[in-house]
Amino acid sequence: MDIFLQQIINGVVQGSIYALVALGYTMVYGIMGLINFAHGEVVMIGTLVTITVAGLLAAAGLPPILAGLGGLIAAVLCCMALGWGLERVAYRPLRNAPRLTPLITAIGMSIVLQNVAMIAWGRNYLTFPAFLPKANFEVAGAHFTAIQLFIVIVAAATMAGLMLLIYRTKLGMAMRATAQNPAVASLMGVNIDRVIAAAFVIGSALGAVAGVMVGTYYEIAHYQMGFMLGLKAFTAAVLGGIGNLAGAMAGGVLLGIIEALGAGYIGSLTGDFLGSHYQDIFAFVVLIVVLMFKPSGLFGEKTGDRA
Amino acid sequence: MKNWLSPRSTAGIVLIAAALVALPFVLATGGQAWVRIANFAILYVFLALGLNIVVGFAGLLDLGYIAFYAVGAYAWALLASPHFGIHWPVWAILPLGAGLACIAGVLLGSPTLKLRGDYLAIVTLGFGEIVRIFMNNLNAPVNITNGPQGITLIDPVSIAGFRFSGSSEILGVTLSGPQKYYFLLVALAILVIIVNLRLQHSRIGRAWQAIREDEIAAKAVGIDTRNLKLLAFAMGASFGGIAGGIFAAMQGFVSPESFSLIESIMILAMVVLGGMGHIPGVILGAVLLSILPEALRYGVAPVQKLLFGQILVDPESLRMLIFGLALVLVMRFKPAGLWPSPERKRELQPEKAGG
Amino acid sequence: MHAKLSAIALSVAAALAVTGCGKKEEPKPAAAPAAAPAPAAKPEVLVKIGHVAPMTGPQAHLGKDNENGARLAIEELNAQGVEIGGAKAKFELIPEDDQADPKQGTLVAQKLVDAKVNGVIGHLNSGTTIPASKLYSDAGIPQISGSATNPRYTQQGFKTAFRVMANDVQQGKVLGEFAAKQGAKTVAIVDDRTAYGQGLADEFKKAAEAAGLKVVATEYTNDKATDFKAILTKIKSTKPDLVFYGGMDAQGGPMAKQMKDLGINAKFLGGDGVCTPEFMKLGGPATEGHYCSLPGMPLEKLAKGPDFKDKFTKKFNAEIQLYAPYVYDAVMVMADAMKRAGSVEPGKYLPEVGKTAYEGVTAQIAFDEFGDLKGGAISLYQYKGGKLEYVETLGGGAADASKAGEKK
Repeated sequence: MDIFLQQIINGVVQGSIYALVALGYTMVYGIMGLINFAHGEVVMIGTLVTITVAGLLAAAGLPPILAGLGGLIAAVLCCMALGWGLERVAYRPLRNAPRLTPLITAIGMSIVLQNVAMIAWGRNYLTFPAFLPKANFEVAGAHFTAIQLFIVIVAAATMAGLMLLIYRTKLGMAMRATAQNPAVASLMGVNIDRVIAAAFVIGSALGAVAGVMVGTYYEIAHYQMGFMLGLKAFTAAVLGGIGNLAGAMAGGVLLGIIEALGAGYIGSLTGDFLGSHYQDIFAFVVLIVVLMFKPSGLFGEKTGDRA
Repeated sequence: MKNWLSPRSTAGIVLIAAALVALPFVLATGGQAWVRIANFAILYVFLALGLNIVVGFAGLLDLGYIAFYAVGAYAWALLASPHFGIHWPVWAILPLGAGLACIAGVLLGSPTLKLRGDYLAIVTLGFGEIVRIFMNNLNAPVNITNGPQGITLIDPVSIAGFRFSGSSEILGVTLSGPQKYYFLLVALAILVIIVNLRLQHSRIGRAWQAIREDEIAAKAVGIDTRNLKLLAFAMGASFGGIAGGIFAAMQGFVSPESFSLIESIMILAMVVLGGMGHIPGVILGAVLLSILPEALRYGVAPVQKLLFGQILVDPESLRMLIFGLALVLVMRFKPAGLWPSPERKRELQPEKAGG
Repeated sequence: MHAKLSAIALSVAAALAVTGCGKKEEPKPAAAPAAAPAPAAKPEVLVKIGHVAPMTGPQAHLGKDNENGARLAIEELNAQGVEIGGAKAKFELIPEDDQADPKQGTLVAQKLVDAKVNGVIGHLNSGTTIPASKLYSDAGIPQISGSATNPRYTQQGFKTAFRVMANDVQQGKVLGEFAAKQGAKTVAIVDDRTAYGQGLADEFKKAAEAAGLKVVATEYTNDKATDFKAILTKIKSTKPDLVFYGGMDAQGGPMAKQMKDLGINAKFLGGDGVCTPEFMKLGGPATEGHYCSLPGMPLEKLAKGPDFKDKFTKKFNAEIQLYAPYVYDAVMVMADAMKRAGSVEPGKYLPEVGKTAYEGVTAQIAFDEFGDLKGGAISLYQYKGGKLEYVETLGGGAADASKAGEKK
């Protein structure tokens, strides 16, 4: 039982990170119907910027927690600028282009960002400084750390904040209107360009937060870390129903749990025929099965043709 | 250049044929590596044309296309190598590989028929990963694929005792291994292109187009969308299977790392960058994107020296950076691709509601 | 100390004078400004050495390390003014990036064959080395890898394929024996499903079982993973004495850390892939007391080792990551064979490579009939206080290798 509990903890923490990244995908998708393939790279830049800035601040004599906070703020600002720039350069000019065109520019941007990061931060793996005290708790035989608790809380708080933004503010209303029908929204006086840029900026800020969480949790960063993370988060967003904020959150946590349980129990479930080397298959199979029965994901609304 | 696609222009055909025959010899003056690069470019033309059937004709976004390439490659590797001690001839394996890829295509297609757009994209992506993971892991309990170690010493293509690896002399001309493969690939490529052209203008091709533009309307006019979508997956997959077989034979080695997601994405980029649904455009996209990174390998360092007098940034880091920028810039200024079909171009002229 | 080398080494001044005036091919403009033409200069022969490793992608840091190893060797050879067959040899490094991708591996190999290189050092990964080795074999160009450990590389029957490092079979076997010697009774095995990790883990498993250990769990991850908690949790429930990891430092470090987080007290053991400063950097204090192995003898134990380490760190202002010393040896072995053959022609000096008996910085290097390193001693290390501490040397040529050490 303690093993099961431990696996659930593992899954929820990992899933919270997926969820934070998935929110970025889903915000942009919900409004524009566009997969921002470069989002994983935004997360990566967020992590690397934090390392640099926090390192400088710590060298200037700030206590770790403040240095970490400074790094986080710098990362959020940096990623917001990056998100704005991405939208401006790679997506806005293509708003009326065929649907797959922005997908390719996104892939191009992702390659560019990776290589820029490689030139700027080098090829080596970097260690992410520890900002939080290393407390280790034990409940019913399962271990968890303060950092894990922190990650889950941050993810939940971010989610709540985002919900408030979307459903309680004017900008949120404009965003929802744009998602429904951009043409009509613009007739109602919504500045579509501003709303879409805002979606990118907010999504990227969330990406930066996610990047800092990833860094804090694993204490490791690399210029290629964004790709897999982005892919998993995208899967999570689709699982929950892409374009739906609560769905992205649920999808992320669910995917984390599926992976943990998959890795932990796939062997015993299949009589040791399949081992943990099939854990990624487990996640994809669940995704395919869900989509076979609910073609728009768990919480997705039935949308019209996007293709 | 455009004429060569129209069978009416004999002069164009002769010119192109002469150019195609001369090409490997011209390239060889710059080194056999260029012939090899040309071979990979043709291989990517196969793949891009195959994917074009699914994405360009039928409008189904497929991010797991490399799986079919993998199936073809492993079919060849397993049936023509010391791994199982089987050495079947090319005319048996190549169709078999295509057939197996075709079956894989249907397997992928059937559960995903209901899905649209980006949901389909992620499922196909998952499928591609599933295939790769199986190839990577099927070395135990029964060793089928030899897992991550890959399969070595795969037989080269040989037709009636004529081997395509190593150099040999034909009619007084010495041909290197890559040059021989070049001619084999060109012959196959012409076949594939003809099949594609015929398909595009057939009833099937028009039905696919109808599905792409509006699936519901297509269904309403009596098109069997289910079977036609499956057919698109199956046909696209079989081209991938053939390409995979040749790849295995040319390399003499296959391992799962050759079939990663990034390859699927690259092939999709070729299709979209060239001009989705337009065969000459797709060919152009495949050739450009497969040659560009290699050309940059040769070009980046000398150009830097020329400009700055020294090497400022590692050529290796700059190579992929330029590649990424090229993708962004081309799509930014040519949203429909470098060489889109005339209809598509027209559609894009007036502002059109996106999505 | 450098008796053998200093005998053939000319004065540094003379060497510098010659490097200025390469004859064949256009010399790299970045080279030192041409000194005044040396009076009565000997005929000069250009030796092009290709080096291949991934310079982009997840293993780029190791690729750069390899290239630095080769670069240092080339520069030293040039500074020594090596003479081959009466002509002064000028070595030139042609570095290439294969992105650890088999397809690019063959493209790069073809490029090097076209460039008529005299020899090839590399590639880094087995996955690219194996397909490329066929091209080098067809062209008759000797290839020495300092890091491709997959046994298949040398089992293809190519006369041109060599490696100056123990292969996975040799290393896995020693690691299994070592685990038993440490008194472990039960062991959990994790591998990263790469050719290297899986190969090593399989050999370890065989050796461990032969030594009477019980394998209680076999788990897997991949070479891009950062989260290992799920498999580690499962491993924890089987209570092993030892966790063996077949894979690289970038995963091993975080894995050691997560073991500690989960309260797993088993010892961690890995191969050369985790025997790096990177592993300790990424794993932090959680690596304390764990073990890893490196082929050959520790640099400190061999005559030329410490010297190499100094030169390397001084020149590149970076720590040795992993394979740089082996790659350095590979270049030196190749140059040595050329010297003995009195020719830089691949066909002429190839037979001499097989007859190598060279005192390298990593081991006493000699090849068996397959081109594998003879003997293949493996040294074990323990992570202590952020440093690798030498434990012992096991395996075939342990005795010979330590003799070489005593020469110092």
